[in-house]
Amino acid sequence: MATTALTPAASAYRSGLYEWLTTTDHKKIGILYVVNSFIFFFLGGILALGIRTELAIPGVQFVDGEVYNQLFTMHGTTMIFLFIIPMLVGFGNYVVPLQIGAPDMAFPRINALSFWMLPLGGILLFLGFITGGAASAGWTSYAPLSEDRTLASVGSGQDLWIMGLTLIGTSSILGGINFLVTIFKMRAPGLTLFRMPILVWTVLVTSILQVLATPVLTSALIMLFIDRNYGGHFFDPATGGTAILWQNIFWFYSHPAVYIMVLPAMGMISEILPVFSRKPLFGYKAFVFATAGIGALGFSVWAHHMFTTGLVFLPFFSLMTFLIAVPTGVKMFNWIFTLWRGKLTFSTPLLFAVGFLSMFLLGGINGAFSAAVPVDFALQDTYWVVAHLHYVLFGGSVFGVFAGVYYWFPKMTGRMLDEGLGKLQFVMIFIGFNLTFFPMHQLGLAGMPRRIADYASNAGWNDLNLAATIGGFLIAASMIPFLSNVFISRRNGKIAGDDPWQANTLEWATSSPPPPYNFDHLPEIRSERPLFDLRHRGTGH
Amino acid sequence: MTAPSGALTTGDPGHSVAEHNPVAGLAHDSRGGISNPILGMLLFICSEVMFFSGLFAAYFNVRATTTPWPPPGEHFNLHAEPWYALGLTIVLVISSFTCQFAVWAIRRGDRTGFIRNISVTVVLGIVFLLGQIYDYSTIGFGLSDGTFGTTFYTLTGFHGAHVFGGVIMLSVILYRGMAGQFSAQHHDAVEAASLYWHFVDVVWIALFSTLYIL
Repeated sequence: MATTALTPAASAYRSGLYEWLTTTDHKKIGILYVVNSFIFFFLGGILALGIRTELAIPGVQFVDGEVYNQLFTMHGTTMIFLFIIPMLVGFGNYVVPLQIGAPDMAFPRINALSFWMLPLGGILLFLGFITGGAASAGWTSYAPLSEDRTLASVGSGQDLWIMGLTLIGTSSILGGINFLVTIFKMRAPGLTLFRMPILVWTVLVTSILQVLATPVLTSALIMLFIDRNYGGHFFDPATGGTAILWQNIFWFYSHPAVYIMVLPAMGMISEILPVFSRKPLFGYKAFVFATAGIGALGFSVWAHHMFTTGLVFLPFFSLMTFLIAVPTGVKMFNWIFTLWRGKLTFSTPLLFAVGFLSMFLLGGINGAFSAAVPVDFALQDTYWVVAHLHYVLFGGSVFGVFAGVYYWFPKMTGRMLDEGLGKLQFVMIFIGFNLTFFPMHQLGLAGMPRRIADYASNAGWNDLNLAATIGGFLIAASMIPFLSNVFISRRNGKIAGDDPWQANTLEWATSSPPPPYNFDHLPEIRSERPLFDLRHRGTGH
Repeated sequence: MTAPSGALTTGDPGHSVAEHNPVAGLAHDSRGGISNPILGMLLFICSEVMFFSGLFAAYFNVRATTTPWPPPGEHFNLHAEPWYALGLTIVLVISSFTCQFAVWAIRRGDRTGFIRNISVTVVLGIVFLLGQIYDYSTIGFGLSDGTFGTTFYTLTGFHGAHVFGGVIMLSVILYRGMAGQFSAQHHDAVEAASLYWHFVDVVWIALFSTLYIL
């Protein structure tokens, strides 16, 4: 009888463009997030190729200094605010309600609103290119440079940047609220907090960071806007303001944002590693507490970006930064001991997950160096920092994203991605990534500063820069097998079935793709692995 | 179902429906606890607290780095004449009370009392906004007049924008209330809007204390 009552709702589920534009279904919105983020990933990638092309050999050949500044500013902004953060929100959107056995997010219309602010914000950011120059003060937009209308950002690009980021930030806040209410209020019967899949935990902590940190960025952006347009005096020392105030408020958001950019990716590989090792996650509770610990410590380390200003209390921020390595190390043990003596199947999702593991480890280690104040004084604003942040955000988050794409594509479309093309993409992107970013460690140690369009040919940086450029194009080339894979497999891939990976969590208990209401019925939930319990009914309990 | 925690399904009046109908399973509220819209509003208020924290941080930063305070040459002295702003404060505090009376009224199912109190709240909110506009026009310094002008107008301006948002929110509540959409059982929107209004009130009290007294 209950099924009969549902039929009208199911038949009202139209397909087509109108449906995609007006949908409030978390699964469609999740896919919209993912597609939108990939579009901006490619735009940001093109900007990165512009940077690498200019740096391939000494001299100014490809773009002049002003355009170069716009390239790296927009590359950073796009990748952070329009790719990584929304991409992970997209996976959360698709997977979290399914994993907790809910029919949708708590506020479906606010969910749609959060999504549609992103393309709008992105368009505002990129409009700068046709209104006399995009923002060019770096993605950090340090004041007073970002307020100077003669040195940087001659056009309206910087103001468009502020507006775009305010919209994207609002989207992030609303999304965080939506996730928190969904996770706290909509869990299926039996799904207690400590039976939630790890991805749900990481999205929970990420959402807390979004709700508490993003508004602080909004306040900073608004103050910058007032300074630029209404004659305010917040940040310009020449008129009584304090430049360091911008850095403090900006990093108060932007350091927690680092965890917004990586925690859900950690959650994703924590779903993947157990499935492909045929073992439960090693130390579930330790992982949960480590995630919460990272979230909490994340609010006390922002000034490690400002060591060289001499205006922050160095011992405290250095100590707290080192402390973050502890919960992160706990997670490393969780992952490694999940793999240890597991029955490993090296499918593409596991390859990318192990890629995450190894590259994030390097990124964590080279980050710990910069946490030491004396070392940081030497490395500040060199390519070492560029290497570090790409090892955590590309080697970490982006590899995690691709692991997630290969893992959940069958659920989203009902068809498997091709393993051959997937492995080809992994090999290309893994080699390309290391070829691009590993040399940057050496460049940084050799003193090459970041954010320069040109360098002296006798500085000894030529070969490594050329290697990095070749690596960059190899990364770009790895998108060819990826995109072919997606477009071919979407129509012609192997039929996935409900549960192609013999996985553990609830999203695999419904059809692929799931119906609009997600579940006809839910299995009984007695642990964090309800599907494992279902397959081994009666054993072990 | 045998949910070991017990709290999740047992004693749920919609239990038999929830078990078989996935859409009815949405109604987890029936197990008690805070409702989705109110939890959402509380979280939104948390984010708003952080937003104002950023602005307050800027104010205190300016104040801490400027000696003597107030900076000489900036012709204002809020501490000497807090009376007008005190009047506005009293208006807003009273509106918080009337807002809460409205909530209590609708909890009892008293729609007349609810509509009367919400109307008074909306009017008091508008009085506050008009008062603030008059204050701006007579205060004698502008946004670009030194660091104090910038922080003063940013803080009070964004608070005013929030009052404006609250007045719109309460007007919608009033309109829906007059259309008879709220009852003793169904008034989450009223509770959520009143929480927001109290928050706006508290921010003003913090602002008044900081700018006029401290």
